[in-house]
Amino acid sequence: MKSVDRVEKKQMKENLPQFNPGDTVKVHVRVVEGGKERVQVFQGIVLRRKGGGIRETFTVRKISHGIGVERTFPLHSPNIPKIEVVRRGDVNRAKLYYLRKRVGRAARVKEKRF
Amino acid sequence: MPKGIVGKKVGMTQVFNDEGQLVPVTVVQAGPCVVVDKKTPEKDGYSAIVIGFDKPKRVNKPRAGIFQKAGVEPKKYLVEIKVENLDEFEIGQEFKADVFEKGEIVDVTGKSKGKGFQGTVKRWNFRTGPKTHGSHSYRIPGSLGSTDPARVFKGKKLPGRMGGERITTQNLEIVDVDVEENLILVKGAIPGPNKSLVTIREAVKVG
Repeated sequence: MKSVDRVEKKQMKENLPQFNPGDTVKVHVRVVEGGKERVQVFQGIVLRRKGGGIRETFTVRKISHGIGVERTFPLHSPNIPKIEVVRRGDVNRAKLYYLRKRVGRAARVKEKRF
Repeated sequence: MPKGIVGKKVGMTQVFNDEGQLVPVTVVQAGPCVVVDKKTPEKDGYSAIVIGFDKPKRVNKPRAGIFQKAGVEPKKYLVEIKVENLDEFEIGQEFKADVFEKGEIVDVTGKSKGKGFQGTVKRWNFRTGPKTHGSHSYRIPGSLGSTDPARVFKGKKLPGRMGGERITTQNLEIVDVDVEENLILVKGAIPGPNKSLVTIREAVKVG
């Protein structure tokens, strides 16, 4: 499977920031609208990271106008020029699906203390 | 340049296209291939080139003779590719994955994965019987025909060996070509298990 790895590696990003589920991140997304290109920021809590290699994705959850919104991004997508880590979260799970059922103050994630 | 090449299926993965969308691809280690023989209309009734691919483990004497006549290194596989103009090719000529370009439409031929002895449901897409209401005919083929001919007609779809046959998947797009590594990325799945021999040819039905 060496050739497959090489094909994948060519498109994989090398300078990705370290982030884990529970962290709050700002995802810069390139959006093409009517021939124009602009960058949109999607900020929220990382719910999970899934898959490996070029197939790796991560899901970000935020509350927008009182409605929970989740977006899943391919980690190595060329449409994501930048990922910023805003806050490190202290969680005990790899997949934070329990946040979906929680509302308001209960849906908070503790900040990690070093 | 011939409009075909022989290669080995390496495996599947995904790549990002120009729009940033993930596209499923099959990686094929294509070539380097060498022209071993030519089939001429005068002698064989059609025009084609015989191309060799891959290093063999062992070559027996009759086979070695073929390559000795052509004056090329022995190859593991020999595949014929139809061409219109034979004069373009010489015996011993080598070519690589760059016979195809990004965006071209191709047909890929291979030997499908062997499935063993399979029933009619998997092999011929027969309908299953009911699973409940006292039924016991879950996956049986049902009637084999009427009683009047007092025999089963030839070609009746029945259980048996499935897979391991030559299959061509048509109209697949070439997503990328890596000339240095001799890799061709074909969009979607192609027949056969990994490491199996596949032939990539120009699509016969485009559009």
